Amino acid sequence: MLAIYMRELKSYFLTPIGYVFCGMFLVVSGLAFSECTLMRQSTTSIGEYFVWMMMIFAILIPILTMKLFSEDRKSRTDQILLTSPVSILGIVMGKYLAALTVFGVTFIVNSFNFVLLFFYGTPNATSILMNVLGIFLLGAAFLAIGIFLSSLTENQLIAAVSAIGVNAAMLIISLFSSGIENSFFRTVLKWFSVIDRFTPFTYQMLDVSAIVYYLSLAAVFIFLTTRVIEKRRWA
Amino acid sequence: MIEICDIRKSYGDKRAVDGLTFKVEEGEILGFLGPNGAGKSTTLNIITGYLSADSGVAKIDGTDILTDPIKAKKDIGFLPEIPPLYPEMTVLEYLNFVYDLKGCKLPRKQHLKEICEVVKIWDVGKRLIKNLSKGYKQRVGIAQALIGNPKVLIFDEPTIGLDPRQIIEIRNLIKMLGKEHTIILSTHILPEVQAVCDRIVVINKGRIVANEKTEDLINAVDGSRKLVAKIVGPEEEVLKALRAIGGIKTADVLGKRDTDSISYLIESQDRVDIRKPLFYTLSSKNWPLIGLEGVELSLEDIFMRLVGKEKEKETGKKSKRGGN
Repeated sequence: MLAIYMRELKSYFLTPIGYVFCGMFLVVSGLAFSECTLMRQSTTSIGEYFVWMMMIFAILIPILTMKLFSEDRKSRTDQILLTSPVSILGIVMGKYLAALTVFGVTFIVNSFNFVLLFFYGTPNATSILMNVLGIFLLGAAFLAIGIFLSSLTENQLIAAVSAIGVNAAMLIISLFSSGIENSFFRTVLKWFSVIDRFTPFTYQMLDVSAIVYYLSLAAVFIFLTTRVIEKRRWA
Repeated sequence: MIEICDIRKSYGDKRAVDGLTFKVEEGEILGFLGPNGAGKSTTLNIITGYLSADSGVAKIDGTDILTDPIKAKKDIGFLPEIPPLYPEMTVLEYLNFVYDLKGCKLPRKQHLKEICEVVKIWDVGKRLIKNLSKGYKQRVGIAQALIGNPKVLIFDEPTIGLDPRQIIEIRNLIKMLGKEHTIILSTHILPEVQAVCDRIVVINKGRIVANEKTEDLINAVDGSRKLVAKIVGPEEEVLKALRAIGGIKTADVLGKRDTDSISYLIESQDRVDIRKPLFYTLSSKNWPLIGLEGVELSLEDIFMRLVGKEKEKETGKKSKRGGN
Protein backbone atom coordinates (compact mmCIF):
# COMPACT_ATOMS: atom_id res chain seq x y z
CA MET A 1 0.00 0.00 0.00
CA LEU A 2 2.84 2.37 0.88
CA ALA A 3 4.46 1.80 -2.52
CA ILE A 4 1.24 2.71 -4.30
CA TYR A 5 0.71 5.71 -2.04
CA MET A 6 4.20 7.03 -2.76
CA ARG A 7 3.91 6.43 -6.48
CA GLU A 8 0.57 8.18 -6.80
CA LEU A 9 1.81 11.08 -4.72
CA LYS A 10 4.89 11.48 -6.91
CA SER A 11 2.87 11.02 -10.03
CA TYR A 12 0.70 14.03 -9.15
CA PHE A 13 3.77 16.20 -9.42
CA LEU A 14 5.47 14.36 -12.28
CA THR A 15 2.39 15.25 -14.32
CA PRO A 16 0.75 18.70 -14.31
CA ILE A 17 -2.34 17.46 -12.40
CA GLY A 18 -0.96 18.17 -8.93
CA TYR A 19 0.16 21.68 -9.86
CA VAL A 20 -3.10 22.47 -11.62
CA PHE A 21 -5.10 21.32 -8.63
CA CYS A 22 -3.03 23.24 -6.06
CA GLY A 23 -2.90 26.35 -8.20
CA MET A 24 -6.59 26.44 -9.03
CA PHE A 25 -7.55 25.62 -5.46
CA LEU A 26 -5.47 28.44 -4.00
CA VAL A 27 -6.44 31.01 -6.62
CA VAL A 28 -10.17 30.38 -6.61
CA SER A 29 -10.49 29.96 -2.85
CA GLY A 30 -8.33 33.04 -2.41
CA LEU A 31 -10.70 35.03 -4.58
CA ALA A 32 -13.71 33.75 -2.67
CA PHE A 33 -11.96 34.48 0.60
CA SER A 34 -11.11 38.07 -0.37
CA GLU A 35 -14.64 38.70 -1.54
CA CYS A 36 -16.27 37.32 1.60
CA THR A 37 -13.98 38.92 4.17
CA LEU A 38 -11.42 41.47 3.07
CA MET A 39 -13.58 43.26 0.49
CA ARG A 40 -16.47 43.52 2.91
CA GLN A 41 -14.18 44.58 5.74
CA SER A 42 -16.01 42.15 7.99
CA THR A 43 -15.41 38.71 9.43
CA THR A 44 -19.04 37.86 10.08
CA SER A 45 -19.83 36.70 6.55
CA ILE A 46 -17.18 34.00 6.63
CA GLY A 47 -19.90 31.38 6.52
CA GLU A 48 -20.55 32.40 2.94
CA TYR A 49 -16.93 31.63 2.15
CA PHE A 50 -17.42 28.04 3.24
CA VAL A 51 -20.42 27.68 0.96
CA TRP A 52 -18.17 28.86 -1.87
CA MET A 53 -15.58 26.30 -0.81
CA MET A 54 -18.11 23.49 -1.08
CA MET A 55 -18.80 24.43 -4.67
CA ILE A 56 -15.10 24.79 -5.41
CA PHE A 57 -14.48 21.33 -3.94
CA ALA A 58 -17.27 19.82 -5.98
CA ILE A 59 -15.55 20.97 -9.15
CA LEU A 60 -11.85 20.73 -8.27
CA ILE A 61 -11.64 17.49 -6.30
CA PRO A 62 -12.57 15.35 -9.32
CA ILE A 63 -9.38 16.67 -10.96
CA LEU A 64 -7.44 14.77 -8.32
CA THR A 65 -9.44 11.59 -8.49
CA MET A 66 -10.30 11.25 -12.17
CA LYS A 67 -7.15 9.44 -13.19
CA LEU A 68 -6.70 7.19 -10.17
CA PHE A 69 -8.21 4.06 -11.62
CA SER A 70 -9.29 5.02 -15.11
CA GLU A 71 -5.75 5.78 -16.26
CA ASP A 72 -4.40 2.52 -14.85
CA ARG A 73 -7.10 0.61 -16.59
CA LYS A 74 -6.64 2.33 -19.93
CA SER A 75 -2.86 1.96 -20.01
CA ARG A 76 -3.10 -1.56 -18.54
CA THR A 77 -0.84 -0.65 -15.64
CA ASP A 78 -3.56 -2.13 -13.44
CA GLN A 79 -2.05 -5.47 -14.45
CA ILE A 80 1.04 -4.88 -12.37
CA LEU A 81 -1.00 -3.69 -9.39
CA LEU A 82 -3.46 -6.57 -9.48
CA THR A 83 -0.85 -9.27 -10.07
CA SER A 84 1.37 -8.06 -7.23
CA PRO A 85 1.09 -9.36 -3.69
CA VAL A 86 -1.12 -6.47 -2.53
CA SER A 87 -4.76 -6.60 -1.46
CA ILE A 88 -7.35 -4.66 -3.44
CA LEU A 89 -8.17 -2.60 -0.37
CA GLY A 90 -4.46 -1.78 -0.11
CA ILE A 91 -4.45 -0.54 -3.71
CA VAL A 92 -7.58 1.58 -3.22
CA MET A 93 -6.38 3.01 0.09
CA GLY A 94 -2.94 3.80 -1.32
CA LYS A 95 -4.51 5.82 -4.10
CA TYR A 96 -7.12 7.40 -1.84
CA LEU A 97 -4.58 8.50 0.75
CA ALA A 98 -2.32 9.95 -1.94
CA ALA A 99 -5.19 12.09 -3.22
CA LEU A 100 -6.14 12.96 0.37
CA THR A 101 -2.57 14.07 1.06
CA VAL A 102 -2.42 16.41 -1.93
CA PHE A 103 -5.82 17.77 -1.00
CA GLY A 104 -4.94 18.05 2.70
CA VAL A 105 -1.64 19.83 2.18
CA THR A 106 -3.20 22.32 -0.23
CA PHE A 107 -5.99 22.78 2.26
CA ILE A 108 -3.56 23.53 5.08
CA VAL A 109 -1.64 26.01 2.94
CA ASN A 110 -4.93 27.62 2.01
CA SER A 111 -5.89 27.89 5.68
CA PHE A 112 -3.20 30.51 6.24
CA ASN A 113 -5.77 32.86 4.74
CA PHE A 114 -7.56 32.80 8.09
CA VAL A 115 -4.46 34.05 9.89
CA LEU A 116 -4.83 37.29 7.94
CA LEU A 117 -8.20 37.89 9.55
CA PHE A 118 -6.66 38.03 12.99
CA PHE A 119 -4.50 40.96 11.92
CA TYR A 120 -7.50 43.04 10.88
CA GLY A 121 -10.21 42.06 13.30
CA THR A 122 -11.40 39.62 15.92
CA PRO A 123 -12.95 36.72 14.09
CA ASN A 124 -14.57 33.83 15.92
CA ALA A 125 -11.79 31.26 16.07
CA THR A 126 -14.03 28.35 17.15
CA SER A 127 -16.40 29.02 14.30
CA ILE A 128 -13.58 29.02 11.79
CA LEU A 129 -12.05 25.88 13.26
CA MET A 130 -15.36 23.99 13.18
CA ASN A 131 -16.05 25.08 9.62
CA VAL A 132 -12.56 24.07 8.56
CA LEU A 133 -12.98 20.64 10.11
CA GLY A 134 -16.37 20.17 8.48
CA ILE A 135 -15.26 21.26 5.06
CA PHE A 136 -12.19 19.05 5.21
CA LEU A 137 -14.37 16.03 5.99
CA LEU A 138 -16.63 17.00 3.10
CA GLY A 139 -13.56 17.07 0.84
CA ALA A 140 -12.53 13.63 2.07
CA ALA A 141 -15.99 12.31 1.18
CA PHE A 142 -15.87 13.93 -2.28
CA LEU A 143 -12.49 12.27 -2.86
CA ALA A 144 -13.99 8.87 -2.13
CA ILE A 145 -16.88 9.56 -4.52
CA GLY A 146 -14.38 10.60 -7.17
CA ILE A 147 -12.24 7.50 -6.76
CA PHE A 148 -15.32 5.33 -7.02
CA LEU A 149 -16.43 6.95 -10.27
CA SER A 150 -12.88 6.68 -11.60
CA SER A 151 -12.98 2.93 -11.04
CA LEU A 152 -16.10 2.65 -13.19
CA THR A 153 -14.64 3.95 -16.43
CA GLU A 154 -11.38 4.03 -18.33
CA ASN A 155 -12.11 7.52 -19.59
CA GLN A 156 -10.76 10.21 -17.30
CA LEU A 157 -13.07 12.87 -18.65
CA ILE A 158 -16.13 10.79 -17.90
CA ALA A 159 -14.77 10.08 -14.42
CA ALA A 160 -14.26 13.80 -13.76
CA VAL A 161 -17.54 15.03 -15.21
CA SER A 162 -19.64 12.40 -13.48
CA ALA A 163 -17.89 13.12 -10.18
CA ILE A 164 -18.59 16.84 -10.55
CA GLY A 165 -22.19 15.95 -11.30
CA VAL A 166 -22.59 13.71 -8.28
CA ASN A 167 -20.90 16.19 -5.96
CA ALA A 168 -23.04 19.04 -7.22
CA ALA A 169 -26.18 16.93 -6.90
CA MET A 170 -25.33 16.13 -3.29
CA LEU A 171 -24.99 19.85 -2.61
CA ILE A 172 -28.20 20.84 -4.37
CA ILE A 173 -30.31 17.98 -3.05
CA SER A 174 -31.01 19.70 0.27
CA LEU A 175 -32.94 22.41 -1.57
CA PHE A 176 -35.31 19.77 -2.88
CA SER A 177 -35.67 17.69 0.24
CA SER A 178 -37.57 20.38 2.13
CA GLY A 179 -40.19 20.55 -0.63
CA ILE A 180 -40.98 16.84 -0.65
CA GLU A 181 -44.19 15.76 1.12
CA ASN A 182 -43.44 12.06 1.57
CA SER A 183 -41.44 11.84 4.78
CA PHE A 184 -39.69 8.65 3.75
CA PHE A 185 -38.23 10.16 0.60
CA ARG A 186 -37.41 13.33 2.44
CA THR A 187 -35.41 11.39 5.01
CA VAL A 188 -33.59 9.41 2.34
CA LEU A 189 -32.77 12.56 0.38
CA LYS A 190 -31.58 14.26 3.52
CA TRP A 191 -29.25 11.38 4.12
CA PHE A 192 -27.51 12.17 0.85
CA SER A 193 -27.50 15.88 1.44
CA VAL A 194 -24.03 16.84 2.49
CA ILE A 195 -25.09 20.40 3.35
CA ASP A 196 -27.63 19.37 5.98
CA ARG A 197 -24.89 17.56 7.85
CA PHE A 198 -22.68 20.59 7.58
CA THR A 199 -25.03 22.84 9.53
CA PRO A 200 -23.84 21.78 13.02
CA PHE A 201 -20.31 22.87 12.14
CA THR A 202 -21.53 26.34 11.23
CA TYR A 203 -23.17 26.55 14.66
CA GLN A 204 -19.79 25.77 16.22
CA MET A 205 -20.92 22.38 17.42
CA LEU A 206 -18.65 19.38 17.37
CA ASP A 207 -21.36 17.03 16.18
CA VAL A 208 -20.03 13.48 16.31
CA SER A 209 -22.84 12.15 14.18
CA ALA A 210 -21.89 14.62 11.43
CA ILE A 211 -18.25 13.55 11.60
CA VAL A 212 -19.30 9.91 11.47
CA TYR A 213 -21.57 10.75 8.53
CA TYR A 214 -18.76 12.15 6.40
CA LEU A 215 -16.33 9.42 7.36
CA SER A 216 -18.84 6.71 6.63
CA LEU A 217 -19.70 8.33 3.32
CA ALA A 218 -16.02 8.09 2.42
CA ALA A 219 -15.82 4.52 3.71
CA VAL A 220 -18.86 3.42 1.72
CA PHE A 221 -17.44 4.71 -1.55
CA ILE A 222 -14.02 3.23 -0.85
CA PHE A 223 -15.68 -0.09 -0.15
CA LEU A 224 -17.71 0.19 -3.36
CA THR A 225 -14.50 0.89 -5.27
CA THR A 226 -12.91 -2.31 -3.97
CA ARG A 227 -16.03 -4.18 -5.05
CA VAL A 228 -15.86 -2.70 -8.54
CA ILE A 229 -12.22 -3.75 -8.91
CA GLU A 230 -12.96 -7.19 -7.51
CA LYS A 231 -15.98 -7.58 -9.75
CA ARG A 232 -13.99 -6.71 -12.86
CA ARG A 233 -11.89 -9.83 -12.39
CA TRP A 234 -15.03 -11.87 -12.80
CA ALA A 235 -16.41 -9.96 -15.76
CA MET B 1 5.19 -25.77 -10.09
CA ILE B 2 2.21 -24.49 -12.05
CA GLU B 3 -0.96 -26.51 -12.14
CA ILE B 4 -3.95 -25.58 -14.25
CA CYS B 5 -7.03 -27.71 -13.86
CA ASP B 6 -10.10 -27.46 -16.08
CA ILE B 7 -10.15 -23.70 -16.37
CA ARG B 8 -13.11 -22.06 -18.08
CA LYS B 9 -13.78 -18.43 -18.79
CA SER B 10 -16.41 -16.72 -20.91
CA TYR B 11 -16.80 -13.10 -21.88
CA GLY B 12 -20.54 -12.79 -22.26
CA ASP B 13 -21.47 -15.43 -24.85
CA LYS B 14 -17.94 -15.87 -26.07
CA ARG B 15 -16.03 -18.81 -24.65
CA ALA B 16 -12.45 -17.59 -24.29
CA VAL B 17 -11.03 -20.55 -22.36
CA ASP B 18 -12.83 -23.84 -22.46
CA GLY B 19 -11.52 -26.41 -20.02
CA LEU B 20 -7.74 -26.06 -20.08
CA THR B 21 -5.69 -28.49 -18.04
CA PHE B 22 -1.91 -28.64 -17.99
CA LYS B 23 1.07 -28.67 -15.67
CA VAL B 24 4.43 -27.00 -15.82
CA GLU B 25 7.20 -28.77 -13.95
CA GLU B 26 9.82 -26.95 -11.96
CA GLY B 27 12.61 -25.56 -14.14
CA GLU B 28 10.69 -26.13 -17.34
CA ILE B 29 10.23 -23.58 -20.11
CA LEU B 30 6.79 -24.07 -21.55
CA GLY B 31 5.88 -22.61 -24.91
CA PHE B 32 2.28 -21.50 -25.01
CA LEU B 33 1.23 -21.29 -28.62
CA GLY B 34 -1.89 -20.37 -30.43
CA PRO B 35 -3.24 -18.00 -33.06
CA ASN B 36 -4.58 -14.59 -32.14
CA GLY B 37 -7.69 -14.83 -30.03
CA ALA B 38 -7.02 -18.44 -28.99
CA GLY B 39 -7.26 -17.54 -25.30
CA LYS B 40 -3.55 -17.31 -24.52
CA SER B 41 -3.63 -13.97 -22.76
CA THR B 42 -6.82 -14.83 -20.90
CA THR B 43 -5.23 -18.02 -19.59
CA LEU B 44 -2.11 -16.17 -18.48
CA ASN B 45 -4.20 -13.48 -16.83
CA ILE B 46 -6.04 -16.19 -14.91
CA ILE B 47 -2.81 -17.86 -13.80
CA THR B 48 -1.47 -14.54 -12.53
CA GLY B 49 -4.68 -13.63 -10.75
CA TYR B 50 -5.56 -10.60 -12.89
CA LEU B 51 -8.74 -12.34 -13.98
CA SER B 52 -10.72 -15.02 -12.23
CA ALA B 53 -11.85 -18.13 -14.03
CA ASP B 54 -15.53 -19.04 -14.14
CA SER B 55 -14.52 -22.47 -12.90
CA GLY B 56 -11.37 -24.49 -12.45
CA VAL B 57 -8.26 -24.09 -10.35
CA ALA B 58 -4.89 -22.47 -10.97
CA LYS B 59 -2.13 -23.29 -8.50
CA ILE B 60 1.32 -21.78 -8.22
CA ASP B 61 3.69 -23.97 -6.24
CA GLY B 62 0.70 -25.61 -4.59
CA THR B 63 -1.00 -22.32 -3.65
CA ASP B 64 -4.40 -21.58 -5.16
CA ILE B 65 -4.31 -18.13 -6.76
CA LEU B 66 -7.92 -17.53 -5.80
CA THR B 67 -7.95 -18.55 -2.15
CA ASP B 68 -4.50 -17.25 -1.18
CA PRO B 69 -3.69 -14.67 -3.84
CA ILE B 70 -1.07 -12.73 -1.91
CA LYS B 71 1.08 -15.78 -1.22
CA ALA B 72 0.70 -17.11 -4.76
CA LYS B 73 1.44 -13.75 -6.39
CA LYS B 74 4.71 -13.47 -4.49
CA ASP B 75 6.06 -16.32 -6.60
CA ILE B 76 5.07 -14.83 -9.96
CA GLY B 77 6.81 -12.38 -12.24
CA PHE B 78 4.48 -11.38 -15.05
CA LEU B 79 5.12 -9.53 -18.28
CA PRO B 80 1.70 -8.86 -19.80
CA GLU B 81 1.09 -8.34 -23.49
CA ILE B 82 1.36 -4.58 -23.02
CA PRO B 83 4.16 -3.88 -20.51
CA PRO B 84 2.54 -2.18 -17.50
CA LEU B 85 4.75 0.89 -17.42
CA TYR B 86 4.14 4.35 -16.01
CA PRO B 87 5.39 6.72 -18.73
CA GLU B 88 5.94 9.67 -16.41
CA MET B 89 8.51 7.81 -14.29
CA THR B 90 12.16 7.12 -15.03
CA VAL B 91 13.26 3.52 -15.41
CA LEU B 92 14.89 3.41 -11.99
CA GLU B 93 11.99 5.15 -10.26
CA TYR B 94 9.70 2.59 -11.81
CA LEU B 95 11.82 -0.39 -10.83
CA ASN B 96 12.10 0.96 -7.29
CA PHE B 97 8.32 1.26 -7.21
CA VAL B 98 7.88 -2.35 -8.32
CA TYR B 99 10.48 -3.41 -5.75
CA ASP B 100 8.38 -1.78 -3.01
CA LEU B 101 5.12 -3.00 -4.50
CA LYS B 102 6.28 -6.60 -4.41
CA GLY B 103 7.66 -6.15 -0.91
CA CYS B 104 11.01 -7.46 -2.10
CA LYS B 105 13.52 -8.29 0.64
CA LEU B 106 16.69 -8.63 -1.44
CA PRO B 107 19.33 -5.87 -1.12
CA ARG B 108 17.72 -3.09 -3.17
CA LYS B 109 20.58 -1.41 -5.02
CA GLN B 110 22.44 -4.57 -5.83
CA HIS B 111 19.34 -6.48 -6.91
CA LEU B 112 18.06 -3.72 -9.21
CA LYS B 113 21.52 -3.22 -10.69
CA GLU B 114 21.84 -6.93 -11.41
CA ILE B 115 18.49 -6.99 -13.15
CA CYS B 116 19.26 -3.88 -15.18
CA GLU B 117 22.50 -5.44 -16.31
CA VAL B 118 20.87 -8.72 -17.24
CA VAL B 119 18.28 -7.03 -19.48
CA LYS B 120 20.73 -4.28 -20.51
CA ILE B 121 18.85 -1.20 -19.41
CA TRP B 122 21.38 0.15 -16.92
CA ASP B 123 22.39 2.93 -19.33
CA VAL B 124 18.81 4.22 -19.67
CA GLY B 125 18.07 4.05 -15.93
CA LYS B 126 17.61 7.77 -15.57
CA ARG B 127 15.50 8.32 -18.68
CA LEU B 128 11.75 8.75 -18.65
CA ILE B 129 9.94 5.61 -19.73
CA LYS B 130 7.81 7.56 -22.20
CA ASN B 131 10.93 8.54 -24.15
CA LEU B 132 12.20 4.97 -24.54
CA SER B 133 11.91 2.97 -27.74
CA LYS B 134 9.57 -0.01 -27.93
CA GLY B 135 12.43 -2.44 -27.46
CA TYR B 136 13.65 -0.74 -24.31
CA LYS B 137 10.12 -0.52 -22.93
CA GLN B 138 9.79 -4.25 -23.48
CA ARG B 139 13.01 -4.82 -21.57
CA VAL B 140 11.88 -2.64 -18.69
CA GLY B 141 8.76 -4.83 -18.69
CA ILE B 142 10.94 -7.93 -18.42
CA ALA B 143 13.06 -6.31 -15.69
CA GLN B 144 9.90 -5.60 -13.74
CA ALA B 145 8.96 -9.28 -13.88
CA LEU B 146 12.36 -10.33 -12.58
CA ILE B 147 12.24 -8.19 -9.46
CA GLY B 148 12.14 -10.26 -6.31
CA ASN B 149 13.55 -13.28 -8.15
CA PRO B 150 10.18 -15.08 -8.37
CA LYS B 151 10.06 -18.83 -8.93
CA VAL B 152 7.65 -18.52 -11.83
CA LEU B 153 8.04 -16.18 -14.79
CA ILE B 154 5.20 -15.62 -17.21
CA PHE B 155 5.92 -13.79 -20.44
CA ASP B 156 3.12 -12.85 -22.81
CA GLU B 157 4.68 -12.32 -26.25
CA PRO B 158 7.93 -10.85 -24.96
CA THR B 159 9.59 -10.35 -28.34
CA ILE B 160 6.75 -8.55 -30.05
CA GLY B 161 7.88 -5.31 -31.66
CA LEU B 162 11.59 -5.95 -31.22
CA ASP B 163 14.24 -5.91 -33.93
CA PRO B 164 15.90 -9.22 -34.90
CA ARG B 165 19.00 -8.62 -32.81
CA GLN B 166 16.93 -7.80 -29.76
CA ILE B 167 14.73 -10.84 -30.37
CA ILE B 168 17.78 -13.09 -30.22
CA GLU B 169 19.02 -11.32 -27.09
CA ILE B 170 15.68 -11.75 -25.36
CA ARG B 171 15.51 -15.41 -26.38
CA ASN B 172 18.94 -16.05 -24.97
CA LEU B 173 17.93 -14.21 -21.84
CA ILE B 174 14.84 -16.37 -21.42
CA LYS B 175 16.91 -19.50 -21.99
CA MET B 176 19.32 -18.35 -19.30
CA LEU B 177 16.51 -17.52 -16.90
CA GLY B 178 15.05 -20.96 -17.56
CA LYS B 179 17.94 -22.50 -15.64
CA GLU B 180 16.66 -21.06 -12.38
CA HIS B 181 13.01 -20.32 -13.04
CA THR B 182 9.90 -22.02 -14.27
CA ILE B 183 8.74 -20.13 -17.33
CA ILE B 184 5.63 -19.91 -19.44
CA LEU B 185 6.32 -18.19 -22.74
CA SER B 186 3.34 -17.25 -24.81
CA THR B 187 3.97 -16.53 -28.46
CA HIS B 188 2.79 -17.16 -31.97
CA ILE B 189 6.25 -17.38 -33.45
CA LEU B 190 7.35 -20.98 -33.91
CA PRO B 191 11.14 -20.57 -34.21
CA GLU B 192 11.04 -18.78 -30.89
CA VAL B 193 9.45 -21.78 -29.25
CA GLN B 194 11.78 -24.21 -30.96
CA ALA B 195 14.79 -22.22 -29.86
CA VAL B 196 13.78 -21.79 -26.25
CA CYS B 197 11.13 -24.17 -24.96
CA ASP B 198 11.28 -27.67 -23.51
CA ARG B 199 7.64 -28.36 -24.10
CA ILE B 200 4.84 -26.83 -26.13
CA VAL B 201 1.17 -26.45 -25.42
CA VAL B 202 -0.85 -25.42 -28.45
CA ILE B 203 -4.32 -24.04 -27.89
CA ASN B 204 -7.10 -23.06 -30.22
CA LYS B 205 -10.45 -21.56 -29.30
CA GLY B 206 -9.66 -22.04 -25.64
CA ARG B 207 -8.84 -25.73 -25.93
CA ILE B 208 -5.59 -27.66 -25.94
CA VAL B 209 -4.85 -29.18 -29.34
CA ALA B 210 -1.35 -30.39 -28.52
CA ASN B 211 0.82 -30.79 -25.44
CA GLU B 212 4.15 -32.27 -26.53
CA LYS B 213 7.90 -32.07 -26.04
CA THR B 214 9.23 -29.54 -28.54
CA GLU B 215 11.08 -32.04 -30.71
CA ASP B 216 8.10 -34.38 -30.78
CA LEU B 217 5.59 -31.76 -31.85
CA ILE B 218 6.55 -31.52 -35.50
CA ASN B 219 6.75 -35.28 -35.86
CA ALA B 220 3.51 -35.68 -34.00
CA VAL B 221 1.85 -33.31 -36.38
CA ASP B 222 3.01 -34.92 -39.54
CA GLY B 223 5.76 -37.35 -40.42
CA SER B 224 6.25 -36.03 -43.94
CA ARG B 225 9.11 -33.70 -44.65
CA LYS B 226 9.59 -31.17 -47.37
CA LEU B 227 12.92 -30.66 -49.10
CA VAL B 228 14.12 -28.14 -51.62
CA ALA B 229 16.70 -29.63 -54.01
CA LYS B 230 18.74 -27.64 -56.49
CA ILE B 231 19.61 -29.89 -59.42
CA VAL B 232 21.45 -29.26 -62.68
CA GLY B 233 19.74 -31.20 -65.44
CA PRO B 234 16.91 -31.25 -67.99
CA GLU B 235 13.71 -30.22 -66.24
CA GLU B 236 11.24 -32.78 -67.61
CA GLU B 237 13.53 -35.76 -67.17
CA VAL B 238 14.60 -34.76 -63.68
CA LEU B 239 10.98 -34.47 -62.63
CA LYS B 240 10.16 -37.86 -64.09
CA ALA B 241 13.13 -39.45 -62.31
CA LEU B 242 12.26 -37.77 -59.02
CA ARG B 243 8.68 -38.96 -59.12
CA ALA B 244 9.92 -42.47 -59.79
CA ILE B 245 11.88 -42.62 -56.53
CA GLY B 246 10.09 -44.69 -53.88
CA GLY B 247 8.97 -42.65 -50.88
CA ILE B 248 8.54 -39.38 -52.71
CA LYS B 249 4.97 -38.17 -52.59
CA THR B 250 5.21 -35.12 -54.80
CA ALA B 251 7.89 -33.28 -56.74
CA ASP B 252 7.42 -29.92 -58.42
CA VAL B 253 9.48 -27.16 -59.90
CA LEU B 254 9.87 -24.39 -57.39
CA GLY B 255 11.78 -21.92 -59.53
CA LYS B 256 14.72 -21.26 -61.78
CA ARG B 257 17.25 -18.86 -60.47
CA ASP B 258 20.63 -19.76 -62.00
CA THR B 259 20.97 -20.37 -65.66
CA ASP B 260 21.40 -24.13 -65.45
CA SER B 261 20.11 -25.30 -62.07
CA ILE B 262 16.46 -25.64 -61.15
CA SER B 263 14.96 -25.80 -57.64
CA TYR B 264 12.46 -28.57 -56.95
CA LEU B 265 10.14 -28.90 -54.00
CA ILE B 266 9.98 -32.52 -52.92
CA GLU B 267 7.62 -33.92 -50.31
CA SER B 268 8.33 -37.33 -48.84
CA GLN B 269 5.82 -39.80 -47.53
CA ASP B 270 5.37 -40.14 -43.78
CA ARG B 271 8.54 -40.96 -41.89
CA VAL B 272 10.63 -41.83 -44.93
CA ASP B 273 14.10 -40.39 -45.36
CA ILE B 274 14.49 -39.88 -49.11
CA ARG B 275 17.80 -38.07 -49.11
CA LYS B 276 19.96 -41.12 -49.90
CA PRO B 277 17.84 -42.57 -52.75
CA LEU B 278 17.59 -39.05 -54.13
CA PHE B 279 21.37 -38.72 -54.19
CA TYR B 280 21.99 -42.11 -55.79
CA THR B 281 19.36 -41.54 -58.46
CA LEU B 282 20.81 -38.20 -59.42
CA SER B 283 24.42 -39.40 -59.42
CA SER B 284 23.57 -42.38 -61.61
CA LYS B 285 22.14 -39.95 -64.18
CA ASN B 286 25.06 -37.53 -63.79
CA TRP B 287 22.85 -34.66 -62.67
CA PRO B 288 24.77 -32.71 -60.02
CA LEU B 289 22.86 -32.00 -56.82
CA ILE B 290 24.13 -28.55 -55.87
CA GLY B 291 21.83 -27.77 -52.98
CA LEU B 292 19.54 -29.59 -50.58
CA GLU B 293 17.69 -28.09 -47.65
CA GLY B 294 14.80 -29.08 -45.46
CA VAL B 295 11.72 -26.89 -45.32
CA GLU B 296 10.68 -26.40 -41.71
CA LEU B 297 6.99 -26.47 -41.06
CA SER B 298 5.78 -23.05 -40.13
CA LEU B 299 3.51 -22.51 -37.17
CA GLU B 300 0.70 -21.93 -39.60
CA ASP B 301 1.32 -25.35 -41.17
CA ILE B 302 1.49 -27.11 -37.82
CA PHE B 303 -1.45 -25.24 -36.62
CA MET B 304 -3.60 -25.91 -39.64
CA ARG B 305 -2.80 -29.59 -39.36
CA LEU B 306 -3.50 -29.75 -35.64
CA VAL B 307 -6.79 -27.99 -36.13
CA GLY B 308 -7.47 -30.20 -39.11
CA LYS B 309 -6.88 -33.28 -36.95
CA GLU B 310 -9.22 -31.91 -34.32
CA LYS B 311 -11.92 -31.46 -36.89
CA GLU B 312 -11.36 -34.97 -38.23
CA LYS B 313 -11.70 -36.34 -34.71
CA GLU B 314 -14.91 -34.42 -34.21
CA THR B 315 -16.45 -35.49 -37.47
CA GLY B 316 -15.23 -39.06 -36.78
CA LYS B 317 -17.00 -39.05 -33.43
CA LYS B 318 -20.14 -37.70 -34.97
CA SER B 319 -20.20 -40.30 -37.72
CA LYS B 320 -19.58 -43.02 -35.10
CA ARG B 321 -22.51 -41.77 -33.13
CA GLY B 322 -24.54 -41.71 -36.30
CA GLY B 323 -23.54 -45.35 -36.93
CA ASN B 324 -24.71 -46.41 -33.49
